[in-house]
Order: sequence, then structure tokens, then C-alpha cells
Amino acid sequence: MKLDCLLSGVGGQGIVLASRIIAQAAMEKGLFARTSETIGMAQRGGCVVSHVRIGDTVSPLIPLGGADLLIGFEPGEALRCIAYLKEGGAVIVSAKAIQPVTAALAGKSFDASPYLEGLQRQAGCVIVVDGDAVCKACGSDKVLNTALLGAAAASGRLGLSLAEITAVLRAKLPPPMVLINEKALQLGAAAAKGE
Amino acid sequence: MKQLMTGNEAIALGAWEAGVNVVAAYPGTPSTEITENAAKYDELYAEWAPNEKVALEVAIGAAISGGRAMACMKHVGVNVAMDPLMTVAFSGTEGGLVLVTADDPGMHSSQNEQDNRRLGRFAKIPVLEPADAEECRDFVKAAFVISETLDTPVMLRLTTRVAHSQSLVEKGERINRELPPYRKDPQKYVMVPANAKPRHTVAEERLLKLKTYSDETELNRIEKNSETIGVICSGIVYAYVKEALPDASVLKIGLSNPLPEQLIRTFAASVETLYVIEELDDVMEEQVRAMGIKTHGKDIFSLEGEVFPEIIREKLCGEKTVPAYRYDKELVVRPPVLCAGCPHRGTFHVLKQAKVNVLGDIGCYTLGALPPLSAIDTTICMGAGIGMALGMEKVRGKDFAKQTVAVIGDSTFLHSGITGLIDAVYNKGCTTTIILDNHITAMTGHQQNPLTGFTVKGEPAGKLHLETIVKGLGIDRVSVVDPFDLKTFAAVLKEELATEEPSVIIARRPCELLLKGAREACYIDSERCLRCGKCLKIGCPAIEKTGVGKPPVIKSELCVGCGLCERVCGNDGVITKVGE
Repeated sequence: MKLDCLLSGVGGQGIVLASRIIAQAAMEKGLFARTSETIGMAQRGGCVVSHVRIGDTVSPLIPLGGADLLIGFEPGEALRCIAYLKEGGAVIVSAKAIQPVTAALAGKSFDASPYLEGLQRQAGCVIVVDGDAVCKACGSDKVLNTALLGAAAASGRLGLSLAEITAVLRAKLPPPMVLINEKALQLGAAAAKGE
Repeated sequence: MKQLMTGNEAIALGAWEAGVNVVAAYPGTPSTEITENAAKYDELYAEWAPNEKVALEVAIGAAISGGRAMACMKHVGVNVAMDPLMTVAFSGTEGGLVLVTADDPGMHSSQNEQDNRRLGRFAKIPVLEPADAEECRDFVKAAFVISETLDTPVMLRLTTRVAHSQSLVEKGERINRELPPYRKDPQKYVMVPANAKPRHTVAEERLLKLKTYSDETELNRIEKNSETIGVICSGIVYAYVKEALPDASVLKIGLSNPLPEQLIRTFAASVETLYVIEELDDVMEEQVRAMGIKTHGKDIFSLEGEVFPEIIREKLCGEKTVPAYRYDKELVVRPPVLCAGCPHRGTFHVLKQAKVNVLGDIGCYTLGALPPLSAIDTTICMGAGIGMALGMEKVRGKDFAKQTVAVIGDSTFLHSGITGLIDAVYNKGCTTTIILDNHITAMTGHQQNPLTGFTVKGEPAGKLHLETIVKGLGIDRVSVVDPFDLKTFAAVLKEELATEEPSVIIARRPCELLLKGAREACYIDSERCLRCGKCLKIGCPAIEKTGVGKPPVIKSELCVGCGLCERVCGNDGVITKVGE
């Protein structure tokens, strides 16, 4: 199996952890995996992009037009990375826009809809996840990453099953966090299936 | 069992496996996690030093006394450590000495991009360049063997993509290395001219031996493939070349100083067109050309930023990658910002209101330069602001100095701000220096420092007292303010700017991310809101403008309830729930 998955969003959304969970789950299946993350200044509310490559690769970076799957933690940030998506690739995206301070100051409206429309116009398979609803249902605003992983797994485009992701969550997260993340994973999966 | 780890984690593992006794460092992206991971191993001593020069000196002492030692820093940190490096390159050490430099092509989080392979060549020491995590571990171990065999410090050069990329590494065993008895050898270690001259000869002879070694070692290898294209590359660029040109022949350079001349000649003769592909400088290319070998390199590649696989394909194959999907409209930029609740926001608000010239420094607070705060005039390097303020005063006079402040973080002040302040006292400046004491080294992800009272391992440590240090330097006017107490801060600032002697204001409030207790979010009372926009001008990520004539909204999921917006509000329109 060979799969390139790009994750993009805003600092603080749990993108690095999500990418490590995907890589770990692939490794548990006996596959080779690489990740590459931009961290540093990006932590302070800037853009964060993480590359996950599963299978036999040498480079940690997904080439432009090479990603099988794009997981967008924010619609605008997903669109910013759309050039990485392979023709026919899938997009899993959180519905909620996060306004950059630059937009807040300029008084520019910052609405998710043009970005979501932009994504839908571009890519064939776009699954929009109401991450806010999942977070509310789980009682934590820290589970967006797991919800999106759930949607990605359920879409069949990640090459990993919900059970395989769950196993890594159980091994990697602190025990008190496991239950709500499992719930977020399931709710994300349900969202992807349109349930 | 194989584990996923970053290059930085693998460097720490390599040090542990190599039997390293001491790891010393100053935090700096992308190198920080090496030392944080090294500190997790009980068998080795790890420390945050006050700066990179001290870190290297600690490592040198450890190695001269017979231990194995490693110093770690970001690329610009090596500039700080150059003084000991250039001379330990002559003396050598008893035990192995490795200097890890993490370069940042593309400047993901740095003030410049510089190619430290040049510094390795300058110091006449071997330079190793791993391409992924497994090589990071293996090359650290190789570096210690080279260091002890040839009695030389070794530079291990990472770049951001190697340091922060994960791949699989199988954990090995730690070697059991016996500590040799301490041996005095002043002729080798007291670098007065009479001793240093013969050591220079040794260093030159060592380079000749290293040249032979470079041709023989498996660190440099030819991967024979199609004869049409041959590429010489090192570090992460090797990975990009394999991605972009799977059919090309490759000379993979692991030991890039000194280069393997015979291997390069053999390789060049075996391919039709030769390319040297490297990020930043033409370090290898100019040496290949000096051998009289025709090659392409910076004639087609940039001296700036990173090299990506699609760039290699475009330059070598003329194939421009056209992505299937594009978004042509402009996307709103998303620069990093000071966190909600950041104490620096109060400081920069006060400075902006006071309309002073602000000589900044390196840290989270550099973000005060960005709009809407836009409150910093200069940022050059760590510690620079205080000396620069004095320089400006000497050109433009005392009246200018009375409108100018130097702003520096607590850890940065200890790193290299102290000497600038000494200059201000000694040479009779009247600079006002503001030390932002947030109780942690925040920018690089919360590292301990000499003011926090804890070591890198989280154990209790010696704790320095900032006011005592500053007073000890001869500063009589030292005040401490809370950066969120805007009125007091502004009054103190006015007073200190007016005095004709150097003064220090310590703006003390812990980094918001250190505060674990949940506080309730603020909210805006739409009836009392004047729509004046003052709260928007502090650039808090939790405050959102909703439209013309409408009151802004505070996003409860981001607001930490610090109350700064309430303090700048013109009409008590922002309400904190705290204390209600």
C-alpha cells in the first residue's frame, strides 16, 4: 500500500498529533511511514502543514499534485494546500472557518462558504465534517483532529480502518482522554457516511 | 521493534547509544527537541546552557576530560559558539566531541538562512549530513568514531526537514565506554602561540587524512543507475532527488567536508551530465568545479530557500508540475500571532501608545512587529537591541534616547543581553531596557532557563534573580511592572525615559500557556460598545470584527479571560466575568 496524506490547518488544532497517529497506525500494519511537520513560529496561530507518507518512500514531503487525501482542519487552509491534491483525490474538511487576526482587523468577513465552495468546485470528493457539532457532543474543543481522522477512515480513502486508528488512540493518548476521542472518532465517521 | 521518531529524537538516541556523557545546548528551532529527548535518558547528563558558546564550552570541557560530549544549537547559535569552535578545532579533545547544527533553509522560524557547512569548512572539521531519522542515529555514532580516531571535533549538520521529519528507527544498545583517567596535556590544550602553531600543523595534516577517509567511507556512496544524469547531493536533498529522479545516478554525500575527490572524479566520468544539487550555498559545487570538473548547479538552482522535488524535475527535465487543482483567488494570509492572554501584548500596547522607538530582539515578542501592534523598529539577533540602542544614542543624542527603548526577553537577556547592558552602564548611555520576564523560554516551546529554577530534566536548579543581576551591573533604576497594568506601566515608562541614566523595567507576568487554571472568557456588551475598535488594535486572536457598525465578538473558545481588552476599552464595553 502507498498513500500520501496532507494535513493542513491552524496552529493549536492538533494537526501534528493527528499525523503521528496516522503514521503510527500504518506502522502497526507493518508499513513504512514518514511524516514531516512545520512547527516553530507556526504554533502561534499560523498555518500548520503536515505530510504523512505511507509505504516505500525516501522523501518525507509529498510532491505537488501527489496527495491521495487532504485533511483540512480549516476550509481556507485546505484550499491553500489544494495544489497538493492528486487528480481524483479526496478532501476531508472541517466546516468551520477560523478568522486570521489580519481579517479581524480589516473587518473582512471571514465565512467558510466561499472556501468550501472553492473546494467543492475543485476536487471531486469533498466530505465536510461539522467539527463543532462533534466537539460539542464530546464536550471538548480538543477533539476536532480525532473527528477528522474518523471521517477519513470511514471514507475508505485513508487505507486505515476505524479499529486500527482506535488501537493507536488507546496506546498513545493519556487514559482520561481515550473515551472522548473514541466518541469523536465514531461521530466523525458517522458524519462522513452522512449519518 | 522499530519506532517512529523525528530526526531530533534519533540524534538523542544516537548520542545515548554512543555512550555520550554530556549534552549541552541552548534552545533554538529546529534543534530544540534533541536536548529535550536526550534529557530523558538517565545515563547521560543534559543541560540548557545560558547560550550556545557556553554550551559548546561545557561540551569541550567534558570531552577534554575524557568523556563523550555533544553540543546542539540552531544555525545562528553556531555564530555565537564560533570562538571556542575555531580553537578546539586546533586542540582536539580526548573523548569525542560533536557539534550539532540545525540549519533552517526557507527560514521557517529564523532571522536568516545561512549554510553552516561553510562554518565547518572554515573550522577545518569534518561535516556529516544525515538524510533521515535512521541516518541521524547512525551518523551521530559515526561522528564520535571519527572524532576520536582523528582527534577532531565533528559537525553534524541537520536541516529543518531532517530534524522535524519522522521515520522508522530500530533502537539499539548503549555502548559501555570506560572513562579514561584525566590526563594533563598543556601543550595540546593551552592554546598560546607556541602551542597553537604545531596544532595548526596537526589540523592541516588531519584534513589530508580525512580526505582519504572521505574517499573510503561508506558515508559517501555511488548509487549507479542511468548514465544520462548524475547528481551529487547530501542531506535531505538526497531524498528529494530520489523522489524527483528515480532513474538518475546519485553520489550520496554523507561526509561533505572534506569531499571525496576520487569518488567524485569516478562518478563524474561515469555520467553524461553532472549536477550538484544543494540547498543554500554552492559549497560542494564550487569544490567540484575547482577540481576541474564541469557541472551544473547554481547556474540553474537558487541560492535561496529550499529545493523541492518539483523544482528538481522542472530544472532537470523541463517538466513543470501542473497540479490538477488550483485556487487562483487570493487567500487571506495567516501570520503567526501572540497567543490570547500573552503578557507581551500589554507591553507592546503601552509602547505603541507612548510612540517610542523600539529595538527588539529574538523571541515570541518579535511578533509584536506584526500588525496591528506594529511596535518594533529592529530585530537583528539575540541580545542586539540593547547595544543598538546605545549606538543610536551616540549618533542621535540623548533626546533620541529618551524616546527609545530596548525590549528583550528574560532568557535572551541572560543569553547575550547582559553584555549590552554593561556597555550602556560603562559608556554612560541613558537607554531604557525593558526585560520581558514571562518565567520561561517560550518561543521554542517552554524550556527552562537560569531564572526558572529548574533543569532540562525538570529537577530543581540554581535560580538567578533578575533584579539582583541588573543592579549588580550598576543599574540603579530598576522597576518591576505588570504588563497588564497599563496605567502604571505607562507612567513608569515615561519616568524612566526621561532620566539621563540607564534604567531597566522588568515587565513581569508568566507566559499565558503556563497558567493551567481555567478562567472565564470575556464578552462584549453590545449596548455599551462604542464600536471604537480599540480592542481590535491589540491584535488578540480571540477578538473578531463582525462588520461595519457592529460590535466585535469575543470567541469564548479562544479567550482566556486575561482582561487586557477590558482595560483598553473606551467605555467599559468589554466585561470580564472574573470576580463576578
